[in-house]
Amino acid sequence: MTDKKTIKKSSLDDLFKKMMADGKRVLAPVRKGETVLFQEVDGYSAVAADYVQTTLSAKEALLPRCEEMMRFTTAQSTVSLEEGPAKPSPVVVFGVRPCDARSIAVVNAVYLKDYNDALYKEKSDSTTIIAVSCAKSDEYCFCTSVGGSPGSTEGSDILLTLIDGDTYLAEILTDKGKAVVSIAPALFAAAGSEVKEKHLADVPVQFDLGALEKKLPGAFDGAVWITQSLRCIGCGTCSYVCPACTCFDIQDETDGTRGMRFRCWDSCGFGQFTLHTSGHNPREVQSQRWRQRIMHKFSYQPDQLQVVGCVGCGRCSRACPVDMNILQHIKDIVEAR
Amino acid sequence: MEEKNVYQPYLMRIASIIDETPDVKTFRLEFINEEEGKQFNFLAGQFGEYSVFGEGESTFCIASSPTRDGYIECTFRKMGRVTKALASKEVGDTIGFRGPYGNTFPIDRWKGKSLLFVTGGIALPPLRCVIWNALDTRENFKDVTVVYGARSVQDLVYKHELDEWEKRSDVKLITTVDPGGETKEWKGEIGFVPTVLEKAAPSSADTIALLCGPPIMIKLTMPVLTKLGFSPDNIFTTLENRMKCGIGKCGRCNVGKYFVCKDGPVFTFAQVNQLPPEY
Repeated sequence: MTDKKTIKKSSLDDLFKKMMADGKRVLAPVRKGETVLFQEVDGYSAVAADYVQTTLSAKEALLPRCEEMMRFTTAQSTVSLEEGPAKPSPVVVFGVRPCDARSIAVVNAVYLKDYNDALYKEKSDSTTIIAVSCAKSDEYCFCTSVGGSPGSTEGSDILLTLIDGDTYLAEILTDKGKAVVSIAPALFAAAGSEVKEKHLADVPVQFDLGALEKKLPGAFDGAVWITQSLRCIGCGTCSYVCPACTCFDIQDETDGTRGMRFRCWDSCGFGQFTLHTSGHNPREVQSQRWRQRIMHKFSYQPDQLQVVGCVGCGRCSRACPVDMNILQHIKDIVEAR
Repeated sequence: MEEKNVYQPYLMRIASIIDETPDVKTFRLEFINEEEGKQFNFLAGQFGEYSVFGEGESTFCIASSPTRDGYIECTFRKMGRVTKALASKEVGDTIGFRGPYGNTFPIDRWKGKSLLFVTGGIALPPLRCVIWNALDTRENFKDVTVVYGARSVQDLVYKHELDEWEKRSDVKLITTVDPGGETKEWKGEIGFVPTVLEKAAPSSADTIALLCGPPIMIKLTMPVLTKLGFSPDNIFTTLENRMKCGIGKCGRCNVGKYFVCKDGPVFTFAQVNQLPPEY
């Protein structure tokens, strides 16, 4: 049974300071112009208030945009490999939305299944997620259509829900969550009978996920991929902002003697993603890449990894420069004859 | 215990280099750390990521047989950034290798059967691994037939081994070059692989076919194999797609729901026929 406590909003600054004194870096949403981005903060006062969704997810805490994989030194005919990057210091990410917390299950499924990706696992092990339920949503949100909710606890270590102007209900969900409480037990009080549900945003279910998953295996050759992607410019923004996109590229850089191998985020929306050296490209046009995006998230991943590769955060639709709306496109796919 | 970085390659010394054609080379690679070499095992059909430090990694099969201990071999064409850098390496130089990755040809299940290899150009290396595996355990198989074609005599790889197989009484080797690709001294067939295969008409009885080649060759050879009586589940191939990680994470080599790196690269045509055309 989940341990429920309360914590005052006015105590969060103390909590942040105590976590930092305990050696943790605290990342939280910070407003930068029109964007809200996760950044390291030194107190609660820096945290943005009143946002529906952060512009980028907190994925970067676990999966940096660019990540060193190894260093090497090359001489005439010899090579020496050096120790990998230093162990990451523990991080607490505050203010993650429940949809983003759910996306961690997708990233885990990719990075920890079969071959254990130690670079990812180290960060995953040392990261604590303090999520905050959604009191507001917008027309791009569709978490409830893909199995989530504005108050979902999945993937969070602690979930906070504002139950009055100054009090959060705190659901302590994991050992990592308990560890946070144990740093500052005096800041938490026992919860009463208050429930979170009436304080959550109303996000209506927009499509039948089961119907979509059933439809996709037979939809590979449909014309819908072409009509939907005609305006796609292949910029990869949708992958960049997606909390559940995990694909990466590997590259080397060297000054001729010392160098490093690193990986960085990549996108199935790019033509070079699948381009063979011979010039052959199995996904040579944009409609094939758009199909891959939808199939991978809503058919291949559910089938192979038992996770849906989309948490309904709506970022891809908000950020798309040509206004491709994934929710509308999915509805059209479900309804297409 | 500290978890191993799965992306960290073994360091390999280039023990020998064979120039197969003007732009195709074969490297024999030995483990610099002997302990790593002793622990290393692979099976026919598996592949790896070969790296030139500072240039990047490139994906090729292991072209030598698991029956040959102490080294692995790879054969590659000089094409892109990494393979150009690889081609400039010399005997004694160090490169990286990660692997073995992927599934294998189920060669243990083929005991007592005949094997027919049909391949073209630079697609012989993945099958060469299986050919030597079969020849090194020759008592396990009935007939071994190899049909191998290339655009020209110059483009045939493993020429020294083709000569060796030609001389062996326990291998039937048919080599062919495209019309116009022959030399005055050429004693093999002249014609495309499907035509030559149809003329040779090897029996499909109790026989496994291994087919690997450029898409057009596969397309035209499949009907011939079908005509000869091979069923799709007795025809094996190895697919390739662009890869980076080799272990099912970087996300680009999938054909439908399967990753070539993790669920393949070995597939039967019964399986390939179910896949969308994304390879």
